[in-house]
Amino acid sequence: MTPYDAAAGRNGTNSLGYGRELPNRQHGLGHAAGGLASKRIVTAFGFWIFLLSDIVMFSAFFAAYAVLVGDTAGGPSGGELFNLSNVALETTFLLASSFTVGVASIGASARSRPWFYGAMTVTFILGAAFLTIELREFAGMIARGAGPTRSAFLSAFFTLVGCHGVHITAGLLWLLTMMAQVFAKGFRADILRRILCFSLFWHALDIIWVAIFSVVYLMGAAL
Amino acid sequence: MDQFRRLCSMSPQAQRAAVFMAPMILTACQPAVLDPQGPVGISQKMVLIDSLAIMLAIVIPTISATLVFAWWFRGSNTKARYLPDWVYSGRIELIVWSIPVLVIMLLGGVAWIASHDLDPAKPLASKSPPLEVQAISLDWKWLFIYPTHGVASVNQLVVPAGVPVHFSLTSASVMNAFFIPQLGSMIYTMNGMTTQLNLQADAPGSFRGLSSHYSGDGFADMHFEVLAVPSERFTAWVETTRNAGPVLDPESYTDLARQSLNVRPFTFRAAEPGLFQKIVTQKLPPGPGPQIGRPDPTVSPRTEK
Amino acid sequence: MWGKLSWAAIPLDQPIPLIASSVVVVAITGVLALVILKGWFPYLWREWITSVDHKRIGVMYVVLAMVMLLRGFTDAIMMRSQQALAYRSGGYLPPEHYDQIFSAHGTLMIFFVAMPFVIGLMNFVVPLQLGIRDVAFPTLNSVGFWLTATGALLVNISLLVGEFARTGWLPYPPLSELTYSPGVGVDYYLWSLEISGVGTLIAGINLITTVLKLHAPGMSYMRMPMFCWTTLASNLLIVAAFPILTATLTMLVLDRYLGFHFFTNEAGGNMMMFMNLIWAWGHPEVYILILPAFGVFSEVVSTFSGKPLFGYRSMVAATMVICVLSFTVWLHHFFTMGAGPDVNAIFGIASMIIAVPTGVKVFNWLFTMYGGRIVYSTPILWSLGFMVTFVIGGMTGVLLAVPPVDFVLHNSLFLVAHFHNVIIGGVLFGSFAGYTYWFPKAFGFRLHEGLGKWAFWCWTIGFYVAFMPLYVLGLMGMTRRMQHYDVAAWHPWLLIAAGGAAIILLGIALQIAQLVVSIRRRDQLRDETGDPWNGRSLEWATPSPPPAFNFAVLPDIQSQDAYWGAKQRAVQQARLGAEPAYADIEMPRNSPTGFVCAFFATFMGFALIWHIWWMVGLAAVGAYATFVVFAWRDKDEYVIPAEAVARMDRANRSARSAALARRQVAP
Repeated sequence: MTPYDAAAGRNGTNSLGYGRELPNRQHGLGHAAGGLASKRIVTAFGFWIFLLSDIVMFSAFFAAYAVLVGDTAGGPSGGELFNLSNVALETTFLLASSFTVGVASIGASARSRPWFYGAMTVTFILGAAFLTIELREFAGMIARGAGPTRSAFLSAFFTLVGCHGVHITAGLLWLLTMMAQVFAKGFRADILRRILCFSLFWHALDIIWVAIFSVVYLMGAAL
Repeated sequence: MDQFRRLCSMSPQAQRAAVFMAPMILTACQPAVLDPQGPVGISQKMVLIDSLAIMLAIVIPTISATLVFAWWFRGSNTKARYLPDWVYSGRIELIVWSIPVLVIMLLGGVAWIASHDLDPAKPLASKSPPLEVQAISLDWKWLFIYPTHGVASVNQLVVPAGVPVHFSLTSASVMNAFFIPQLGSMIYTMNGMTTQLNLQADAPGSFRGLSSHYSGDGFADMHFEVLAVPSERFTAWVETTRNAGPVLDPESYTDLARQSLNVRPFTFRAAEPGLFQKIVTQKLPPGPGPQIGRPDPTVSPRTEK
Repeated sequence: MWGKLSWAAIPLDQPIPLIASSVVVVAITGVLALVILKGWFPYLWREWITSVDHKRIGVMYVVLAMVMLLRGFTDAIMMRSQQALAYRSGGYLPPEHYDQIFSAHGTLMIFFVAMPFVIGLMNFVVPLQLGIRDVAFPTLNSVGFWLTATGALLVNISLLVGEFARTGWLPYPPLSELTYSPGVGVDYYLWSLEISGVGTLIAGINLITTVLKLHAPGMSYMRMPMFCWTTLASNLLIVAAFPILTATLTMLVLDRYLGFHFFTNEAGGNMMMFMNLIWAWGHPEVYILILPAFGVFSEVVSTFSGKPLFGYRSMVAATMVICVLSFTVWLHHFFTMGAGPDVNAIFGIASMIIAVPTGVKVFNWLFTMYGGRIVYSTPILWSLGFMVTFVIGGMTGVLLAVPPVDFVLHNSLFLVAHFHNVIIGGVLFGSFAGYTYWFPKAFGFRLHEGLGKWAFWCWTIGFYVAFMPLYVLGLMGMTRRMQHYDVAAWHPWLLIAAGGAAIILLGIALQIAQLVVSIRRRDQLRDETGDPWNGRSLEWATPSPPPAFNFAVLPDIQSQDAYWGAKQRAVQQARLGAEPAYADIEMPRNSPTGFVCAFFATFMGFALIWHIWWMVGLAAVGAYATFVVFAWRDKDEYVIPAEAVARMDRANRSARSAALARRQVAP
């Protein structure tokens, strides 16, 4: 009977079904032949799937935006509203923050607290700056009567861009939590996995921003 | 009230008996979709039966094989061969993939041709020019405007038999679907948009029309009577209609657009030209929703009776 | 302070919802009182509520599904009796109540019966079949379950406080917009699905990661049992489709709460976009439900025929083809919107093409039976009932995929009959087959066979009596969701359909009796060896019920039908393999995270529905705090010592040795 035929004490078979994190074994890569992936790989893989699902959600908002972009109901269109220099600034901040979050992950894997805290702080400042510009843009639009209730186009615009903004806000909260965790617990394996997930999340938001930047602002300003 | 109901009307005793003799009732009272009275419905019935026949050719053998295999290979049958390791046969695999593929190719062809022939927006071939009717679904009744004749009716549609009818449809509030089962094709009505439908009744008769898309509390009463009459009687009906009843203008329309249940059929002696366009372009705003409720409409709305 | 909430929200003037909700309240209070008085609460808290064991969570999903099935079926009985009575009369349910009932029926049956049932089965079975100890993310698994339960709870709270949606199971705008549905019903619908949707997404991510990344050594993809493949396909669909639902419902939420204009009549809103988006989720959704059921049938037909699954590779291919194609057909849900003939025909043909891989599956089950020795236990009866019923449902489905046919049958009772034909005949029969099949694995004793067979016959006959008349009614031009009608010819058929519902009710009563009788006679029905059906896949290699760690040592897989191969070797050699060297096993520790998180989610959902903004903020902070507390814990695993593992495993080995000896003696 199979379990009883099993080779006794195969390396790493004693946890959930994860492989041990040994540098010399090709964990996970051999999964097609059956085998055990390390916890780090499993966590990152699961988080990737989550990011894909998040991107699917954004695509639904993109689709809605594409459908409704012309439905301005007599209100202003994108070309009249968008200020590309603001957007360029936002983009710069966000792309730069992607770089600094990369530095933070290297700092974390090198177990260097100064590098980690420093890079995370810069990331937070860049993210917060991005968010401030975005909120000012929103406030300005609402003040001149171009809020989300004005037309279907503006509903779709505020929802798509706002959804990204909500993600950034959640990301900043997560960032602070991770800094607090490292402060309290140090670079534990599970915390390192969470830092990995956080940096994946932050990069994904960057990718989505690039799409928003192109589809909403560049194409919208041309309309 | 109409031919349909006359055909189907039964005494209470007969109704009780009917419970036990439903299949016989079926033959006595033809199902509407299978008893079409116009060219669209007739073609659709044919497509339905053809498609069903094509599929039954594969479905009946499959169901029979399921029952036969299950019976023959029962554990207690010692005559049946036991093939405990038989897991693959290239020939059978080929057959099980190709049979459904072939059936679907055939059926797909039927679907392609029929979709084009029976496109609701496609005008019907006929010597006489089509009658234009503008249909508007309201909460919860139907308004029919005859733009060429300048009259309108509520919950009653009178059309000449043997003449194609071109419907332009929209909705004053929520989505509905316009459907006369015995004439064929239903189509959605949506606010701010126009859909097109072409139907024809071949012979005089009375049919049931209804909304076939759920639209709220008054939905069940949102049916109307369709009377197909000879051409001369249609002209006479238009004349009679012109002589009596209220006028359909923005004011009376706004009144009509309020929610109401179970509205008796009536007619308008005149309909303001261009009213339909005003509804489609929302120059006349969409109908209001419920105004009362328990304790107020924002918790649990009610409909005024 | 309390937003829109006041005492007047409780329907004191309406006897039917009041009685229904009082029954529910009394039942819940009764169960709670019993639990507390008997002192069961610590046990429940320790062993179930905070459990992160995939088996326990799987069982809880199935229990949730069954309880909600009773609620959803009550709605069904009320609808059938209303339509049986409402010929030329108002029946006993006024429209504002009847409309809530059919909306709640559809919502409950899809989201809180079918979904938790299949997710529960996948959760319970997949790690066992893959030869591993738990899913990839055990604590998240518990969060996912409890969020699903939150959604179900909110729908049921709407019985007593306020109202439920009256817009159908998919709230098409503009009817569902604030103008036409100003009440709280649609909000109950939206928030319960937003919250449970997150739970479903978590389950999907978890199961994909598990199937793709965690296998016992040697368990390659092409050795996985069919159920694991259908689980993979179904969860890929969850991950790709549920975010669309979340996004679409969010748009409706924004329309209703903040005056946006996604789907409104005014300001450029577009209701057609809602239909496209909702069905871009909705059509994959039906495959999310049916694919796991297909997996169950594959396991059951093969096991009870005493043969491996015929055409395994074809089955894998067919599963994945269905998975991909399910995203290409959504438009067939609204052929009658007036898109051009080209669009309609293309989507019609695409829908028909899905019948090809589905047909292949049916044929392969047929040939799995061919040359078999079929043992007529309850699970195979459900499977045979499925094969016959589902073929009919598939046929009427393809018929509706022909656009001109859909033009006369769309939204009719023909359509209602069709989808009940595939969902009851497919998903529900599959769930019941899986429930009977894996019950002994979960609890260590089998379900009573006789009562199970009677229940099967009641369900099957009841199904045909209830739904075949609906096909006829559809052809007679009767549309769905009619609160009353005045066409005499419809009446007899609706009376027959109500009779069918009564027969199904008998089937459900027999299932309850089966459970009660089985628990009472559990000693006679005990499964000593862990392999009650002469099974083929790895779950049968574990004792019944399996220990927390599932496998004392992870199995080494050498073929498809891994356990069957090992069993044959053991029979040949007339002994079990050598005793393995046992080692300590690390398992994830229990965590109340899921339950606490769902507690806050319930309050947040309720507060959002009633516009109690301070409570929304408080609950959001609570949910965040829960995760921080979880992230702060220092020990997330506990160790089961090698001696304990050895003791449990030796007990099972001796039971199996005894079974093996009996087998040798018997011939």
